[in-house]
Amino acid sequence: MEKQYAGKTIQVNEEGYLKNFSEWTPEVGEEIAKENNITLGARHWDVLKYLQGEFKAELPISIRKIGKSNVVDIKEFYALFPQGPLKTASKIAGIPKPASCL
Amino acid sequence: MSEYNGEIKKMMIILSKATLENVYAAFVLANGARMEGIEAEIFFTFFGLEAVHKKKLEHLHVATVGNPAMHMPTMLGGLPGMEALATSMMKKEMERIDMPDVHEFLDILTASGVKLWACKLAMDMFHYKKEDLYEGVDDVITVGDFYKQGSVLGTHMLFV
Repeated sequence: MEKQYAGKTIQVNEEGYLKNFSEWTPEVGEEIAKENNITLGARHWDVLKYLQGEFKAELPISIRKIGKSNVVDIKEFYALFPQGPLKTASKIAGIPKPASCL
Repeated sequence: MSEYNGEIKKMMIILSKATLENVYAAFVLANGARMEGIEAEIFFTFFGLEAVHKKKLEHLHVATVGNPAMHMPTMLGGLPGMEALATSMMKKEMERIDMPDVHEFLDILTASGVKLWACKLAMDMFHYKKEDLYEGVDDVITVGDFYKQGSVLGTHMLFV
């Protein structure tokens, strides 16, 4: 599938996750966030940058790790991204859907 | 009338046992619901109360007797120390897959907005007081109260 974000044509899968992280830009992130009814603030960006860092380092991402990340606690994570926080945040960050059950 | 598309909106999980495998099943299901944007509540009843009893929740065991999936003869499973051995083996495996212990898991659940309810009848039966319970337990309620909590379109109830 293709979608238009920030004036660019971006490859996404059927659930809306970017296929290539290299196509992600902060503007693309802003527009995906808007689609999910989220207006990104400084705290959102802290979390998104953390997730992208973990992804680039090829580390598994889970809610438990996020809680221990010193970037955000679980309560705030849910407040920032209310509907399915890890999935939504991953989508906005341009990284694949997390595969963990935890 | 709006059409209901079958979407799961809320998971109401009843935990009636305190064997480690059942407690984890309930917790993983509740956490998994929240991660999908689905509401989740757990009702702790009968032995399930031990999973939120301050003095007991750190000492839950795997059942080695009456559990065919343990692949262990029942007689052997009943020997002293067997449950402790199986439990420590299971805990090691859980740590390996990044599974939190019971107390940390409760912290994750409450931070994620999962409501935790203790069954009033079982509390009375075991002579437990609210102060005996994990501080994140929302309240001690009746079955009727629990059903009321689940009176929303798209609610599913699960007995573990």
